[in-house]
Amino acid sequence: MNKLIFGRYIPGDSFIHRLDPRGKLLLSFYFIGIIFLAHNWQSYLLLFLFTMFAVLMSRVNLGFFIRGVRPLIWLILFTVILQIFFTRGGHLYWHWGPLVVSQYGLVNGGYIFMRFVLIIFMSTLLTLTTPPLQLSDAIESILKPFKVFHLPVYEIALMISIALRFVPTLMDETEKIMNAQRARGVDFGSGSLSQKMRAIIPLLIPLFVNSFNRAEDLATAMEARGYQGGEGRTKYRVLTWKGQDTLAVAAFAVITGLLIWLR
Amino acid sequence: MANIIEVTDLSYHYPQMEQRPALQHVNFTVQAGEWLAIIGHNGSGKSTLAKSLDGLLTPDPQNKGEIKVAGLTLTDETVWQIRAKIGMVFQNPDNQFVGATVEDDVAFGLENRGVPRPEMQERVHAALKRVRMTEFADREPARLSGGQKQRVAIAGIIAQRPDIIILDESTSMLDPKGRAEVLATVRQLNQEDHLTVISITHDIDEAAQANRIVVLDDGQVKETGTPAEIFAYGERLIEMGLDVPYAERLKTALRQVGADVPKQYLTEEGMADWLWTSHSKM
Repeated sequence: MNKLIFGRYIPGDSFIHRLDPRGKLLLSFYFIGIIFLAHNWQSYLLLFLFTMFAVLMSRVNLGFFIRGVRPLIWLILFTVILQIFFTRGGHLYWHWGPLVVSQYGLVNGGYIFMRFVLIIFMSTLLTLTTPPLQLSDAIESILKPFKVFHLPVYEIALMISIALRFVPTLMDETEKIMNAQRARGVDFGSGSLSQKMRAIIPLLIPLFVNSFNRAEDLATAMEARGYQGGEGRTKYRVLTWKGQDTLAVAAFAVITGLLIWLR
Repeated sequence: MANIIEVTDLSYHYPQMEQRPALQHVNFTVQAGEWLAIIGHNGSGKSTLAKSLDGLLTPDPQNKGEIKVAGLTLTDETVWQIRAKIGMVFQNPDNQFVGATVEDDVAFGLENRGVPRPEMQERVHAALKRVRMTEFADREPARLSGGQKQRVAIAGIIAQRPDIIILDESTSMLDPKGRAEVLATVRQLNQEDHLTVISITHDIDEAAQANRIVVLDDGQVKETGTPAEIFAYGERLIEMGLDVPYAERLKTALRQVGADVPKQYLTEEGMADWLWTSHSKM
């Protein structure tokens, strides 16, 4: 159950860890945007070096990033293979009906592969170095302007933070129910697919019922502690934008400039 | 001493259970600064009563009675004022932990009331110090024991500076150590800060801490008295919803074989002391 690498925070005190989560979140999205500016091997090399530099700065083991790619590897390979077989141009190495393997196809396939890997590395970097709670603070802060359109920004952030807070609790509970059902003879691991699915039912039903009970208890407790919605609340946790955050933005601006120059 | 809570003729029906009222014509008062225990077996209406005091149940249209907290009558208009005066600790330590970390959770109630941030930080730290959880301030709830979580819940209440603290079976899911820690914290609040404590419990040690005990049965107040008066019922305590301690069972057994045992409630140590001094001639 701990294989879920996406969204797992690795505590640390690197430059990347200390960056403002709002900056990190926005820059991660920005990175996905500028990666489409790259059109030749020089620009991909630049982005690769930049990403590696960021990864090294975070002082998080590279293995975590490679593990982040693994769940998506089939999607990546599928896209790369489509790109290779259906792109024409340049030297033709092989063809069979509509399928071809051309020089352009291979090059484009390589680019697509790089694009995927770099995006995954960058977003993994975000989630590995930012505690989920800070991410939810960042989302709240970024969405704030949308309050004008009656978007319940505060409630959304509270929902995310409560959901995150209950993940370990519910995992523990799942473990307990599984053990309780195992003790009653339920076999979770073996059998055909439909048998496995059926074994999940005695796990899911108590889990659902308990979750609803928890939700009701939690709502009562929140009300007892004076919760009346987001209006008029003050915040205990605040985010502060520092010089290092501006520096990170500047680094991205330089990279953008170089990418445009390399086109 | 002045009454801080006055309940007169309170009745409550849950919407789906019209025939069986959860509370019937309940009357009782709580004095400022006292520790009142409410006992009763499952389904006797204890938790309904606790939730009613904090205005956490949808009002019952058939209810003719009223609840007064610190001079305010509980209505839709006063409910938030009253909730500010009452802090509640519930049964399940996990299901009342709102914040992602200890300090966030303590701050939650203050955020709700719009306390400015510098004051909030001060109050959070003071409250955590009070329950001896300062070094856990940045911990996630998953890394705390049940007793620690309940102490965080109490810190959240201290930070809000209420007059009354209600423990709604708050120690029932804890191990003996956690239970002792929580009760010690509450005792300190009761004695040093003169906080009024209402504890709803099955635990005789918790009930023994009280100045007075109210026994609920079928939604009605059956008995009111000091712990010594209530514990003198011996065997009948089980019907009342208390787990009778070993010392009390021993006393009943001794009385049956004709021994002259003291009537008042004795702790296990008190019982041992009495036993070894009962034949002493010195």
